[in-house]
Amino acid sequence: MSDPMSTRTATISVLVDNEAGVLARVTGLFSGRGYNIDSLTVAPVDAAGELSRINIVTSGTSMVIEQIKAQLDRLVPVHRVADLSLEGPHVAREMALVKVVGTGEKRVEALRIADTFRARVVDTTVESFVFELTGATDKLDAFIALMQDLGLAEVSRTGVAALARGKRTI
Amino acid sequence: MSAEATQSGAEILLRALKDEGVEVIFGYPGGAVLPIYDAIFNQNAIRHILVRQEGGAVHAAEGYARSTGKVGVVLVTSGPGATNAVTGLCDALMDSIPVVCLTGQVPTHLIGNDAFQEADTTGITRPATKHNYLVKRSEDLARVVHEAFYVARSGRPGPVVIDLPKDILINPAPYAEAAATHKSYRPRTEPDMDQIAKAVALLKSAKRPMIYAGGGVINAGPEASALLTEFTRLTGFPITNTLMGLGCYPASDPQFLGMLGMHGTYEANLAMHGCDVLLAVGARFDDRITGRLNAFSQGSRKIHIDIDSSSINKNVPVEVPIVADAAKGLKALLSAWKADDAKVDAPAIATWWRQIDVWRAKDSLKFSQDMKPGSVIKPQYAVQRLYEIARARKQEVFITTEVGQHQMWAAQHFKFELPNRWMTSGGLGTMGYGLPAAMGVQIAHPDALVVDIAGEASTLMNIQELGTIAQYKLPVKVFILNNEYMGMVRQWQELLHGGRYSESYSAALPDFVKLADAFHAKGMRATSVDQLDDVIIAMLDCPTAVIADIAVDPTENCFPMIPSGAAHNEMILGPEHESSGAAISDAGMALV
Ligand SMILES: Cc1cc2nc3c(=O)[nH]c(=O)nc-3n(C[C@H](O)[C@H](O)[C@H](O)COP(=O)(O)OP(=O)(O)OC[C@H]3O[C@@H](n4cnc5c(N)ncnc54)[C@H](O)[C@@H]3O)c2cc1C
Ligand SMILES: Cc1ncc(C[n+]2csc(CCOP(=O)(O)OP(=O)(O)O)c2C)c(N)n1
Ligand SMILES: [Mg+2]
Repeated sequence: MSDPMSTRTATISVLVDNEAGVLARVTGLFSGRGYNIDSLTVAPVDAAGELSRINIVTSGTSMVIEQIKAQLDRLVPVHRVADLSLEGPHVAREMALVKVVGTGEKRVEALRIADTFRARVVDTTVESFVFELTGATDKLDAFIALMQDLGLAEVSRTGVAALARGKRTI
Repeated sequence: MSAEATQSGAEILLRALKDEGVEVIFGYPGGAVLPIYDAIFNQNAIRHILVRQEGGAVHAAEGYARSTGKVGVVLVTSGPGATNAVTGLCDALMDSIPVVCLTGQVPTHLIGNDAFQEADTTGITRPATKHNYLVKRSEDLARVVHEAFYVARSGRPGPVVIDLPKDILINPAPYAEAAATHKSYRPRTEPDMDQIAKAVALLKSAKRPMIYAGGGVINAGPEASALLTEFTRLTGFPITNTLMGLGCYPASDPQFLGMLGMHGTYEANLAMHGCDVLLAVGARFDDRITGRLNAFSQGSRKIHIDIDSSSINKNVPVEVPIVADAAKGLKALLSAWKADDAKVDAPAIATWWRQIDVWRAKDSLKFSQDMKPGSVIKPQYAVQRLYEIARARKQEVFITTEVGQHQMWAAQHFKFELPNRWMTSGGLGTMGYGLPAAMGVQIAHPDALVVDIAGEASTLMNIQELGTIAQYKLPVKVFILNNEYMGMVRQWQELLHGGRYSESYSAALPDFVKLADAFHAKGMRATSVDQLDDVIIAMLDCPTAVIADIAVDPTENCFPMIPSGAAHNEMILGPEHESSGAAISDAGMALV
């Protein structure tokens, strides 16, 4: 094992039975054992709607991350646990809806920045925009930070969806 | 309509239980489970044992399970029935005991309505179980029951709850046989042979080896204990057991160093501290074992065989992790060892044993019993005499305990030669476990001698089960080491809180002899050392249940003791030994 005490961030994908209570089992595991959840997403991913994929971004020492994976793996409805951060390159994306309220110069500046970030305007009034932005977490963080002085009113984020790059599946 | 389709959910449930080999259910009725009680009334295959409180039912099922290797089964009603069972479920979860607990629930259309005796049982028991189910459709019922038994006994065993809404029990339901494989839960049981090879190489090179075996060896069945014994004797390595592992290696064997950990022997703890290669099997490096983590067995290279990968590298990093069932892992290790024609480093190991014998010569469990008539009984002596007298009778003996000093003295002074003979609450440390557990053991082994080595405070926590013991004429013996204190609490207060015995005195105790009488059992008492043997013999001779109230020295403390937050070589020995100078650090004060 690499230094068990060095901290890292891990993106973990978990394939679970799409049944009542399964999300509570996973979140209960994290809260009950004091693990961090930086972000969590869940949705059914197969045609029959029988399997859900949970993507969790967490951080901790290597020893704790290994423990998190082992704890997830022993849950009965869990089919597979994959540490995307360890198992090779992966893509991780999230979407944010960002509401910016304002007029005049600030409104123009917000629109200009949104353009450079390739954010889409999905709602507009004369006093407000709702931007839709997809990308890596740090890109979303940067955009939201820039909007802070330009009338940032509200943010809604999806959390991270992630897949391994290339042909690999979990 | 075929007979199949006309069977009610409750009847299907009973049929599934029977197909799972269930012979006994420990339960308590109520409105939500009346259909099940009706189905029980109409059959003879499964015996129902009526407990006096649902908490007792779960501990009884635990005792039954631990002493037989089978899954223990519990049936309770909704709401308070289910909440009363929660402590037992947590207990079974911590100690890896396979239990299936059936809980009644309000009918599906009332769930979430704050209906009468409704509780969110699956919500409450989620962190208290290995897994739980709420059956919402009749067609799922039989499958869920089979699955629950599979989950309870497979991999690392544990408790499983099936929450059963009343309409599901009444409506007709189809039957389904158990599925051949589970769709997601398939724990690994066979070891990786490359890892086994690494383990052999490491063990061969050992100059100061040590084997540390725990409850997982018991979980893996008697074969695992036999294999462990064979491997240990073949190599000549020293071995220690955790509290949960007692009996997986014969205690009378000279290679056995006794229990390790907080109240373990001097030689076991120092050998753990000083070993260079450590083989851990079915043990989870609990804080009662490791003491201060950064001082725990720092010089050793570690091999760990465990069926649950989350037990490996959890507290202590190991070099050779082996995820496997203990029996399968040990079998592979043994055959690889033999195939390799492996030889140990005999001269180094002889030197190691000489060192261990020096530690052993300290006789860390030593106590002094004044044998003058009228002298106060030392609790250790009471356990020792119980052991010696019971052993001489050659009867099969099962011991359960409550929680406290008496539990530790039982672990130290009662010697187990075989697995499944020792039932104790290790992980949760639940006072009130021993009496109902003894009841469950006695149901499974009607002709055996079953003794609950108890403390006076713990016994009162599930004393109502004397009613069950009377009803089923169970000859359970309750051997109370009555020190008139919550002795373990008193000991910590003496050592850590300046002797301020806040609320730890067992005031207003009942007269246990009269209490026995009131519950149709036989009461006995020993108040001085000269009476002890007679009371033990009378207790063992008695064909009915007995409460033996043994008045023991109220000031006696349990040693050795590794104080919280201390290292293995900072052990406190008893008053029979010269002071070891160990002190409890401020950080240790915060630990339990
Ligand atoms: C007052 C008090 C004092 C205590 N003091 C001590 C003490 O001094 N010393 C001590 O030892 N304990 C002590 N304990 C008990 C302690 O709290 C733990 O319960 C105990 O040490 C755990 O034992 P274990 O490591 O064998 O693990 P268990 O809790 O028995 O766990 C079993 C392990 O084996 C694994 N396993 C399960 N099935 C299998 C299988 N089929 N194959 C392979 N692996 C399997 C599990 O995954 C788990 O890792 C005390 C308890 C109390 C209440
Ligand atoms: C249900 C529960 N409550 C509290 C405790 C904390 N506790 C541990 S040992 C103990 C005292 C036990 O007293 P007794 O049964 O008389 O045993 P002794 O230590 O005197 O042998 C207490 C209160 C516990 N383990 N379980
Ligand atoms: Mg006491």
